[in-house]
Amino acid sequence: MAKKYDAGVKEYRDLYWAPDYVPLDTDLLACFKVTPQEGVPREECAAAVAAESSTGTWSTVWSELLTDMEFYKGRAYRIEDVPGDKDCFYTFIAYPLDLFEEGSIVNVLTSLVGNVFGFKALKHLRLEDIRFPIAFVKTCMGPPSGIQVERDKLNKYGRPLLGCTIKPKLGLSAKNYGRAVYECLRGGLDLTKDDENVNSQPFMRWQNRFEFVAMAVEKAQAETGEVKGHYLNVTANTPEDMYERAEFAKELGQPVIMHDFLTGGFTANTGLAKWCRKNGILLHIHRAMHAVIDRHPKHGIHFRVLAKCLRLSGGDHLHTGTVVGKLEGDRASTLGFVDQLRESFIPEDRSRGIFFDQDWGSMPGVFAVASGGIHVWHMPALVTIFGDDSILQFGGGTQGHPWGNAAGAAANRVALEACVKARNEGRDLEREANDIMHGAAKNSPELAVAMETWKEIKFEFETVDKLDVG
Amino acid sequence: MNSGSQMGDYRTQQTLETFSFLPEFTQEEVYEQINFMLAQGLTPAIEHESVANATDHYWTMWKLPFFGERELGNVVAELEACHRTYPDHHVRLIGYDSYTQSQGVCFVVYRAKNW
Repeated sequence: MAKKYDAGVKEYRDLYWAPDYVPLDTDLLACFKVTPQEGVPREECAAAVAAESSTGTWSTVWSELLTDMEFYKGRAYRIEDVPGDKDCFYTFIAYPLDLFEEGSIVNVLTSLVGNVFGFKALKHLRLEDIRFPIAFVKTCMGPPSGIQVERDKLNKYGRPLLGCTIKPKLGLSAKNYGRAVYECLRGGLDLTKDDENVNSQPFMRWQNRFEFVAMAVEKAQAETGEVKGHYLNVTANTPEDMYERAEFAKELGQPVIMHDFLTGGFTANTGLAKWCRKNGILLHIHRAMHAVIDRHPKHGIHFRVLAKCLRLSGGDHLHTGTVVGKLEGDRASTLGFVDQLRESFIPEDRSRGIFFDQDWGSMPGVFAVASGGIHVWHMPALVTIFGDDSILQFGGGTQGHPWGNAAGAAANRVALEACVKARNEGRDLEREANDIMHGAAKNSPELAVAMETWKEIKFEFETVDKLDVG
Repeated sequence: MNSGSQMGDYRTQQTLETFSFLPEFTQEEVYEQINFMLAQGLTPAIEHESVANATDHYWTMWKLPFFGERELGNVVAELEACHRTYPDHHVRLIGYDSYTQSQGVCFVVYRAKNW
């Protein structure tokens, strides 16, 4: 029966609160943590979030009657208490698949975290998790290579990869920079990395950096007999510049380039990922700006959502924090989104902050990158926490070695292999860390010196963004 | 503090990927790694190659991967047979993972004589 046009302002909950709704397998589901302004009922708030992030606007409009809003609207279908916090609640919203362009993370985020975050009836709003239906996942390309293909290309199996960011992060000339790369790689690292701030500044233009780094990689590879690489940062001011740099990296025969997916943006990232798939080049992803978005426990977007979006948009590595180093990161929560990067099916698990089952189908996995304030003493914990499909990056922990980068690299490599060996033998790495490390140092003076240098350094601060528990 | 006399010089080494920064494994240590591999349900396979071609991705296979093999002793016997036949070659042990279609384990068990 045709509806009648009834102008005016309606309560959102009349249309968008649907507690009896059973979500479809094809619906995109989202969980928000909502902190309402005082006096606004939960159902009204939840419905407002559903409306403002899908089809609704504040007033009824006549043109709604030209379509079937029941087919297109988002629905708030559940409300839950947040354990240990009475000021906010979780709401679960189901969005019909056709609200989003195929393969477009940009489109999903523009809807889900668009205007609604500035909505006056809300004090705070945080997007905690998204369940991407497999029907949407299959429209995204995902990682250009993925974990298994990368292992095959780099010929590295049965252990985490070892990397490091070249320091000082700014100010080196291209030739001196290449020297630092060469020293790290000849010492036993698999990969080195441009710092995210390194683009093409006056002290080191990108062409010069790429050329000297390529020499360093080739020489280290020839001398050690192992496959080496350096993440050449192609993040740039315009997409045209970005692709120009990527093409040059390819011309130099380099295996991997790098991009900052949040400052660069999802459009740039997805485009670059497609270029990488086409050209057979690995793509390392940095996450500058993430803490601005994800650190506040009541407002913004949880990193697990950004990680899922990155896997869909495309990248072969993603920084996840270290749990043990200098940067923020709760262990259970970190492991929760590390799974989202690497596994093909992840069941709901509130103890790890996972609100939905997530099926990734055949989408390749992304290496989890642990980087920032870590050194050899962290190795046993890192191998335990992150497992084989990770890249452990020691910046200061390599280049700060008293004998230099090559010795620092060797120390890390020995420690890594000793930990993997011990783990495979069934030993408890974290409990037996001392024994394992001292045992390994007997055959490696480089490791002995590293262990002495960093024995006192710890980063023990409370995590700001904790999982919600009662 | 960090004077030249206290500073070590790091000499670049030719290495063979995983576990090559550790001293060559004892027999017991090799057994531990094989047991781990079998416990993970991986399929053992053996490959060997001359030093000159060791950087190639493809090494020469020793027979076929040992599908369904669960016995440590049988894997060890094959490794030893390969090493006896090609003493001047590196010999590596692989654990194929049919789920990931990749290798869960890969390391050189016997480094070539005179390498």
